[in-house]
Amino acid sequence: MAKQKKISKAARTYLTSFILVGGFWGAIEAVKLSGGLSSKAAGLLIPVCAYIMMAISLNLVVGFLGELSLGHAAFMSAGAFAGVFFYNTAGAGMPEGAAIVLAFLIGGLAAGIFGVIVGVPVLRLSGDYLAIVTLAFGEILKNVLNSLYIGADSAGLHFSLKDQFSLNMEPTGKVLMKGAMGITGIRKFSVFSVGILLIALTLLFVLNLMNSRAGRAITAIRDDDIAARSIGINLTKYKLMAFVSSAVIAGFAGVLYALNFASLVAKKFDYNLSINILVMVVLGGMGSIPGAIIAAVVLTVLPELLRGFSQYRMFIYSIVLIIMMLFNRAPAFVMWRQRMALKFRSGKAGSEKEDAGKKKG
Amino acid sequence: MQFLSYLVRGISLGSVYALIALGYTMVYGIAKMLNFAHGDIIMVGGYVVFFTFCQGGMNPWLSMILAIVVCTLLGITIERIAYRPLRGAASLAVLITAIGVSYFLENGAMLLWSSEPKSFTSIVSLPALNLFGGSLQISAETIVTIVTSLVIMFVLIWFVNNTRPGHAMQAVSEDRGAAQLMGINVNAIISLTFAIGSGLAAIAGALLLSSYPTLVPTTGAMPGIKAFVAAVFGGIGSIPGAFVGGILLGIIENLSKAYISTQLSDAIVFLVLIVVLLVKPSGLLGKKATVKV
Repeated sequence: MAKQKKISKAARTYLTSFILVGGFWGAIEAVKLSGGLSSKAAGLLIPVCAYIMMAISLNLVVGFLGELSLGHAAFMSAGAFAGVFFYNTAGAGMPEGAAIVLAFLIGGLAAGIFGVIVGVPVLRLSGDYLAIVTLAFGEILKNVLNSLYIGADSAGLHFSLKDQFSLNMEPTGKVLMKGAMGITGIRKFSVFSVGILLIALTLLFVLNLMNSRAGRAITAIRDDDIAARSIGINLTKYKLMAFVSSAVIAGFAGVLYALNFASLVAKKFDYNLSINILVMVVLGGMGSIPGAIIAAVVLTVLPELLRGFSQYRMFIYSIVLIIMMLFNRAPAFVMWRQRMALKFRSGKAGSEKEDAGKKKG
Repeated sequence: MQFLSYLVRGISLGSVYALIALGYTMVYGIAKMLNFAHGDIIMVGGYVVFFTFCQGGMNPWLSMILAIVVCTLLGITIERIAYRPLRGAASLAVLITAIGVSYFLENGAMLLWSSEPKSFTSIVSLPALNLFGGSLQISAETIVTIVTSLVIMFVLIWFVNNTRPGHAMQAVSEDRGAAQLMGINVNAIISLTFAIGSGLAAIAGALLLSSYPTLVPTTGAMPGIKAFVAAVFGGIGSIPGAFVGGILLGIIENLSKAYISTQLSDAIVFLVLIVVLLVKPSGLLGKKATVKV
């Protein structure tokens, strides 16, 4: 009986996640067909998809591995720059489909490599130290990309961290990346269905991972790393697996996001973006994939809806954030909510609550 | 000479980081939370001094005291409303709330005082110090900043080790439950910690803006993060550690700005932090935590 219930729970997560994404896709397509989609809302579609992927990806680290990462935007940035750089240079001569697919693969690969570089040293630390080091790596990548110049001439590629002139190029050389100006003149590629397809692939991968042996090892490490180690789980291996998978997904999201705009600058992927994604994960409920999806949509659309109040919108957003956290997480509030739930529901609901309590204990 | 001048400026910037980091580290040591809104308290302190002293022409000492009082009250209020109800909840929940408070302060300041930059006049009105026949000039702001933060650090160390509330703080930081059983009012001690940290932030804000006189609602964000890094660098929870971490961070930042690259100075600061943490995970002066199974 217990086993059956567990299977049904996993299936439920699959169902809710895919119904959510499918519903989102269907609703948007329907509005598109009816012509009711404003250009502003249309411009928001791809970022929403990218944020959904980012929230799922960060959830892998924060919700399932139980480690706090404050530099997740860096992986997005690594993927975005690698993918777009390829797409804008080598990809320019290819058929568009192939260039896009390759750009995504290269972006994911670059983010994955960056994930390994960060993950190997960082995962030795834990808790707040891990958080600060991920933040540090994010800032480092942002600053380096922000001052990186790349140029190409007949002699090949030239790199400089100083300025355009120290590239030492032939006069016919072309500057491909201009420091703080980043990469410009990107041929835009923003197809909503591709975003949805990527989300679906992400979901398939993450949900399968979490229901596999590896996924159970990862959650075991989160719940008690000493116990996990004592039954022979290789901590480094599984931590790195979760971390790098998460980085690769973030890399894909980065490419998707970057191709939606004509120019790409490193400043976009700063600490605030990392925090916003973390807020999505925490608000959606750590470890809950459907929650992350809903929170990503709500938190991307909410500030846009509040644009009518323009100057008040971030202020309102911050108050909503604080109140939601207090209401969801403060022990006194949680108890009050449970009492209220008991009062209003029938006796059956009450006994269910008791069962849940017993199981936890 | 050039090098010495960069070094002194680095120490001065580092002293500001140290003041902010002291607040971070005390709150972390006692309440076990990362108070991300700490940087924004600096900004509030800065605005108070700006309106009373720079615009209102108030006596600088009076204006400083007013800023300290405002920030202290603000710190206590934030703790009371936003953090205390979450005591006992997961640490991540508290962190997100702190981020919410940080947004709240920044955007509140933007609404109240607009995002237009305000130029700050220095609260220090002393002449600069000329050394070596004028080849090395040290501004009065630099000296005041360094001396202030040194004095504050020694007072804090004395306070924590020699007074009853200080002992209570140590006890709460060691074991909150046991401290409560010994009759220590844990809530009051945590409020006191927030009060001290926020008061220091007000001083840090005025000193920071005296040397770097551009005041906008996000003024406190980056120094806040740097100070957090400084606190971790020196060993979070340790008062001398926060001071050493802050000074070192300021020196590294200023020297790399001068000799390597302005744009990459932040990257270098963070790189040093990573190296330190990998070699010595508990920070320079941090206590080594023994894990009991």
